[in-house]
Amino acid sequence: MAVVETRKLTKIFKRGNVGAVVNVDLESREGEFLVLLGPSGSGKTTLLRMIAGLEEPTSGEILIGGRVVNDLTPRERGIAMVFQSYALYPHLTVYKNIVFPLKAQGVPKEKRERQAEWAASLLGIKHLFHRRPRELSGGERQRVAVARAIVREPLLFLLDEPLSNLDAKLRASAREELEQFQKRIGTTAIYVTHDQVEAMAMGDRVVVMSLGSVRQIGTPADVYDEPADTFVATFLGSPPMNLLPADDFIVGFRPEHFLPAGVAERPGEHVSFRFHITHSEYLGAERILYGVFDGGLFHDRKAVSRIPSTHDAGMNDASTHTFAVAQQDLKFFDRQTEKRTAPRRLPS
Amino acid sequence: MRQQRWLGPVMFMPAIIYIVALVGVPFLMAFVYSVGDVKVGSEGYHFVGLHNFKSVLQNPTFLLALRNSFLFTIVSQILVLISATMLSLALKNAFPGRRFFRFLILLPWVAPVSIGSIGWKWILDSLYSVINWVLVRFHFVSQFDTPVWLGEPKLAMMSVILVHTWHMMPFATVILLAGLTAIPKDIIEAAAVDGSGFFRTQFQIILPMMLPIISVAVLFGAIFTFTDMTVIYILTRGGPYDTTQVIPSLAFFTGILGSDLAEGAAISIFMVPLLVIATYFVLRQAHRAEVT
Amino acid sequence: MASPKRFRTWFALIVTWIVRLTFAVLLAFPFYWMLITTFKRTTDLYNLDNNPFIFNEPPTLEHLRLLFTETMFLRWVGNTVFAGIIVVIVTLLLAVPAAYALARLTGGWGAQVGIAVFLTYLVPSTLLFIPLSKVVATLGLQDTIWSVILVYPSFTIPFSTWLLMGFFKSIPRDLDDAAMVDGLSRWGAFVKLMIPMSTSGILTVVIFAFTLVTQEFVYALTFISSASHQTVGVGVPTFLVRGDVYYWGSLMAACIITSLPIGILYNFFLDRFIEGFTVGAVK
Repeated sequence: MAVVETRKLTKIFKRGNVGAVVNVDLESREGEFLVLLGPSGSGKTTLLRMIAGLEEPTSGEILIGGRVVNDLTPRERGIAMVFQSYALYPHLTVYKNIVFPLKAQGVPKEKRERQAEWAASLLGIKHLFHRRPRELSGGERQRVAVARAIVREPLLFLLDEPLSNLDAKLRASAREELEQFQKRIGTTAIYVTHDQVEAMAMGDRVVVMSLGSVRQIGTPADVYDEPADTFVATFLGSPPMNLLPADDFIVGFRPEHFLPAGVAERPGEHVSFRFHITHSEYLGAERILYGVFDGGLFHDRKAVSRIPSTHDAGMNDASTHTFAVAQQDLKFFDRQTEKRTAPRRLPS
Repeated sequence: MRQQRWLGPVMFMPAIIYIVALVGVPFLMAFVYSVGDVKVGSEGYHFVGLHNFKSVLQNPTFLLALRNSFLFTIVSQILVLISATMLSLALKNAFPGRRFFRFLILLPWVAPVSIGSIGWKWILDSLYSVINWVLVRFHFVSQFDTPVWLGEPKLAMMSVILVHTWHMMPFATVILLAGLTAIPKDIIEAAAVDGSGFFRTQFQIILPMMLPIISVAVLFGAIFTFTDMTVIYILTRGGPYDTTQVIPSLAFFTGILGSDLAEGAAISIFMVPLLVIATYFVLRQAHRAEVT
Repeated sequence: MASPKRFRTWFALIVTWIVRLTFAVLLAFPFYWMLITTFKRTTDLYNLDNNPFIFNEPPTLEHLRLLFTETMFLRWVGNTVFAGIIVVIVTLLLAVPAAYALARLTGGWGAQVGIAVFLTYLVPSTLLFIPLSKVVATLGLQDTIWSVILVYPSFTIPFSTWLLMGFFKSIPRDLDDAAMVDGLSRWGAFVKLMIPMSTSGILTVVIFAFTLVTQEFVYALTFISSASHQTVGVGVPTFLVRGDVYYWGSLMAACIITSLPIGILYNFFLDRFIEGFTVGAVK
């Protein structure tokens, strides 16, 4: 049974349409980690808030645990939420923050203590019980927020960019912790982020959104390897997929598939191009080559290549080489609709 | 750039001098008078120690005024706090006409106190009070037994407290409103998600978070109330029979109208302990706010 | 069919509106009453059988006429405005530089002096009026408008300095430094850069200082005794009376004329004030 479902969910704000959500159909599976991914203004947070009950939908239905919850308050939906700012109650100790939801539901004292201890040990914060939020580091606050969310053993776990306030180094380890945590707990989670690395690493499935609509729902492999349109193709992957127009369609191929002839090890036929490197960036493990095509179908158009540093011999600025892409790595999109089409042969 | 070190002091000295001359010096003079025998028109000065204070403390009128000052301040502050809290919660969210409502609500604070008070004097007039007219009309009281709002001791005290509360409410509301809007929206949302109902959220989340600003509003309110004489002077002149007399008004009647500067000063000195205590708490609150 | 959630939302909305309306009525009623009384005939006012909420006899301008021609009301307004203008000028001359110097002084003591200055605002007039009455008498200013012109800055300056400190603090130091790098002296930066940039803050201070002057009662009552020299705040409740009987009609007219303009002005500037207050508090 789907834990969360939305049917034609729409939200229009009176002033302008930023953050609006348009006709979203969504279904989340039991125990899955579902990521809502998109740039700011794509509607992902609005969608999450509607599921939480913090935002009234303009039309459409939301179902949690099989029943329609549109008219239910957040408290009645059996959900828990971790906010971007964590929203810890500043005047309460960590312990009191964690038991607050239990108190609100009239859970008796011993059970509250047990639940709090269970949640806190899962997150390794028992030693912080007597501190106040302002005495905690960013990472500690994040864990308290998660503990407060999990203590009620909710049906559904909603997270609104909980890692974006942490500094970069901490983010990676916090991300891993959260992932492991969710697998252990097994509660269905919906996670909002604009960071596609987070989405790819954490998500069982990713919902790619733009301007209020869902562009694609799929596993990280689905959305990365088989993007449904040019938006998904360029949003995932850094540097983004190379998109080049030809006739009435657009060809796309990822920088890591655009390699010097001979370096590529992909099976099947390849298409070759003369590529003139204008400048490059050395990133340590790999090198990013920026350049233009020299002659052929895409003459003078820009493209980006991404090669492992181990194979970067001779790839100097202002040099020209033959690069190749495997046929199977070419993705084709309709020029008008920007949606993915069936593969074709490239004219030479 | 630092060669003009003298500029800073030159820029603020005039203001400091003015304040020292017209606040600092008179403040000290009040103490000097209270232990002397100065009267209006008297030339010399003799030190009399605590004579004035002894005489003041033995004066039953003073003791009544002292009691009244506390009653007046404590009751009006409680009323102000409760009403301002309700009103600030009701004004927190935007609604059509909010600007106009704010204008109406600010009027008691913005209009000169004396003007508002004399307006109330008309409303509470012994013969023509509109309140009495309504009470008689609805048969709550008989036509011949209408409450004399400013003439009966208990009623007079009540009236004076209510008018002062009316005057102070906008000030407290504005301060509380500022504190309310400073509470981050997502904490309220987190409480909603956590299952906290309306009352739990108000009392366990919002009010505790507003405590610093509430205490500032109460402290300032207490200072302004304890040291105010205007409302009482205009409504009752301290009467009937000193039942609404408070320390500042008694100081006025004794020291200014009664020309006994020394005794008047001694009476007004009794406001200082409260000022000092309240100021201490205000400073502590300000310090705490800077630390967090 | 309202769901529990919808019902709760409507219920909360209704309660909120009841609170809003109740307080608006309670707080504004006396002013409405002043307005009505101003235009009601005396015979209507003093007739206990009449419904006081309506005009039982046609409205009249008699009270206004009396107020303007047969009382010293206009004189009081003139005195107050005169005092207000001078006090505001004195306040600006002293408070603006002081606030700038204190806002820009690095180190804790700038802020501490600022707090000390603000605290003097809390010293009540009902404590200082006795010594000050002697000072005023000694200076020969007894029973003149100059007595209050002298004394009022003692509270308008602390209040204004504190307000302006907040405004100045919100202007980044970098601007001062940039101006000085460009060749201005500190004083030059102050006059040519700071002051023009703070016009809204200064205007707010002008309005608030002026309203503080109009609202003052105790000092004016203490230092000024004759009607012709009195301010409007003391004159209206004290002198619009013959013997024991108040001229209620004219009195209420005076009240409403004094209250409304100040109310409108204040309301307009309150947003600016709150901005300055909250911005000043957040360093």
